[in-house]
Amino acid sequence: MSDEAIMTGKHFMNGDEACAEGALAAGCRFFAGYPITPQSEIAERMSKRMPEVGGRFIQMEDELSSIAAVLGGSWGGSRAMTATSGPGFSLMMENIGLGMMTETPCVIANIQRGSPSTGLPTAVGQGDMMQAQWGSHGDYGVIAYAPTSPQEMFDFTVKAFNKAEQYMMPVFVMADEKIGHMRERVEIDESKVEIYPRRKPEVDPDEFKPYEPDDDLVPRMASAGEGYRVHVTGLTHNQQGYPQLDVETQQEKVGRLVDKVDKNKDDIVELDTIGIEDAEVLIVSYGMAFRTAMGAYKQAREKGIKAGIVRLVTVWPFPEDEIKEFSKQVKGIVVPEINLGQMVREVERASAGNTEVKLVPHPGGGLHEPEQILESLEALL
Amino acid sequence: MASLETLAKREEKKRKFESGHSLCSGCGLPIAVRTILNSTDGPVVASNATGCLEVATSRFPTSAWNIPWIHNAFENAAATISGAESAYRSMKKKGKIDKDVNFLAFAGDGGTYDIGFQSLSGALERGHDFTYVTLDNGAYMNTGIQRSSATPKGASTTTAPAGEEKYGKQEKRKNLTEIVAAHEIPYVGQASISHLQDLADKAEKAIHRDGPAFLNVLSTCQLGWRIPPKDSVKVAQKGVDTCFWPLYEVDEGEHNITYEPKEKLPIKEWLEPQKRFAALFKTGNEEVIEEIQEDVDEDWEKLQAKAS
Repeated sequence: MSDEAIMTGKHFMNGDEACAEGALAAGCRFFAGYPITPQSEIAERMSKRMPEVGGRFIQMEDELSSIAAVLGGSWGGSRAMTATSGPGFSLMMENIGLGMMTETPCVIANIQRGSPSTGLPTAVGQGDMMQAQWGSHGDYGVIAYAPTSPQEMFDFTVKAFNKAEQYMMPVFVMADEKIGHMRERVEIDESKVEIYPRRKPEVDPDEFKPYEPDDDLVPRMASAGEGYRVHVTGLTHNQQGYPQLDVETQQEKVGRLVDKVDKNKDDIVELDTIGIEDAEVLIVSYGMAFRTAMGAYKQAREKGIKAGIVRLVTVWPFPEDEIKEFSKQVKGIVVPEINLGQMVREVERASAGNTEVKLVPHPGGGLHEPEQILESLEALL
Repeated sequence: MASLETLAKREEKKRKFESGHSLCSGCGLPIAVRTILNSTDGPVVASNATGCLEVATSRFPTSAWNIPWIHNAFENAAATISGAESAYRSMKKKGKIDKDVNFLAFAGDGGTYDIGFQSLSGALERGHDFTYVTLDNGAYMNTGIQRSSATPKGASTTTAPAGEEKYGKQEKRKNLTEIVAAHEIPYVGQASISHLQDLADKAEKAIHRDGPAFLNVLSTCQLGWRIPPKDSVKVAQKGVDTCFWPLYEVDEGEHNITYEPKEKLPIKEWLEPQKRFAALFKTGNEEVIEEIQEDVDEDWEKLQAKAS
């Protein structure tokens, strides 16, 4: 294929392959995974590419061990990733919580399919959006990207790695079967790939506290063998990294897991807006549903309807301040999702009664017709 | 041993596993499942882990199953059947059911050797009265031929691909039959779709024994093994005759070899017809074939010692 870690050039590849290439470009050198449709192409590409770039691919015995190996790989000093789909995402949840608690940078790509359970293995779905935020037990902030094309599978996987390292946490790429299997042009340019390096300690080993945060509320990480004490635990721990099972430590630790995302929203949240300057009705969308929403938007504008789109690049943390502002200027908001109503709840919450919010649901297995979204827009006027 | 006539007569009864499914031509799975279910005489309840067998035999309107059948997730065929069997025992004790029911679990090698291993081991230790059948075709065929811990050393898969760096899977496969035997359950059988009388005998023993029983059945996959569909049974036979896949049982702790090849064939005869091993026949990989031969010889000797 190529010995280059970053395959600069123009390619015709599917979203899964682009995700793998994005990871390699971002410096990922450790991938542990398990076969599951429609994700397997990521693992397959990694199994071929990792030996070429001096990285390591391991196929694990299930998804529990895949994410656990990724956490281990990250503590070993690698930029590490796994990829899965709904059933595997469910199995990973306990260890995702461990990754959050131990503040372990890594990336998890979820190529969503029709769900729940085995559901529709070879067909599109967006049913895991709430699970990405609330899937593991307890409180923690989440960063999740929603790509809408193979190009964005590349770009957002790079972003995900950088945010994982910057905020020291597992970060999600919440794609879906259509984006994963869609084949389009992907442009890769090494000069445009920025890498956020691991936050290494800058004090002497005697002074280093592995969970003492910097001003941005994020700590630094030493790997085993670098001369610093490494003591990793899922128990509630103090800044030294040792279990301390009291309310104060719980408040400081878990509070910071939430705050490091919440208080850095300005840096993390990304959204695109189209036609919102004069918009009277709005579509809030993400992932594959956004591509259909674009069709509805164009049809609406052709009919003279002043429609606009807010497209979520990051779905988590939810951009509630932005949505709140938009909700004050429009007659209504339409939320098309390939589920029976998930992110729409966040839109309703952020809108706080300022405007009518209408879900355009799809159960999964296919896509909306643009006309369904258009009709919902028209109904709000 | 069950005669061919007996096997043929069983086909005349109402079959518990019917034709008309969409498994590939040359696939070993339906051969194994039908032979096993034909060997049962009473009511059967089966669980089926995710995999080709599940997907290709159950879709509306063409279900091949004439028995109560439970698809579960990928990792828990043994746990699901544990629940069904426990409920049955409880109902029987209370007099709410009087039939004698056989419980079976079907899963592939991925669903057994890897993700389902914990569930299997737990069910064996708890001692449920059921028969677990692994249909071992040596990779995750349903998701596109990814390696499993049953994949033989040297096979090329989509996640252990042959290329410039490697010839394919580097690791020897897990010996699951012996691992299960170490649970000291009443009956363990290793069988192949190339020897149906042997498989039928083992299925009968497994099903009629009280407590857990386990069958590990070598099952061909023409796509993953890269063989012509018409050669499916012949290739499986080579697996047996090279002693890559010896036919034997562990009956109440006693190892018995149930089929001795007249002449033990060199491992090349098993490897060569299968294009998944093609890289082994390139210059420079001769040693790998020798290593595989050594592994097979050593395992065969160990088995013979256990059976003597």
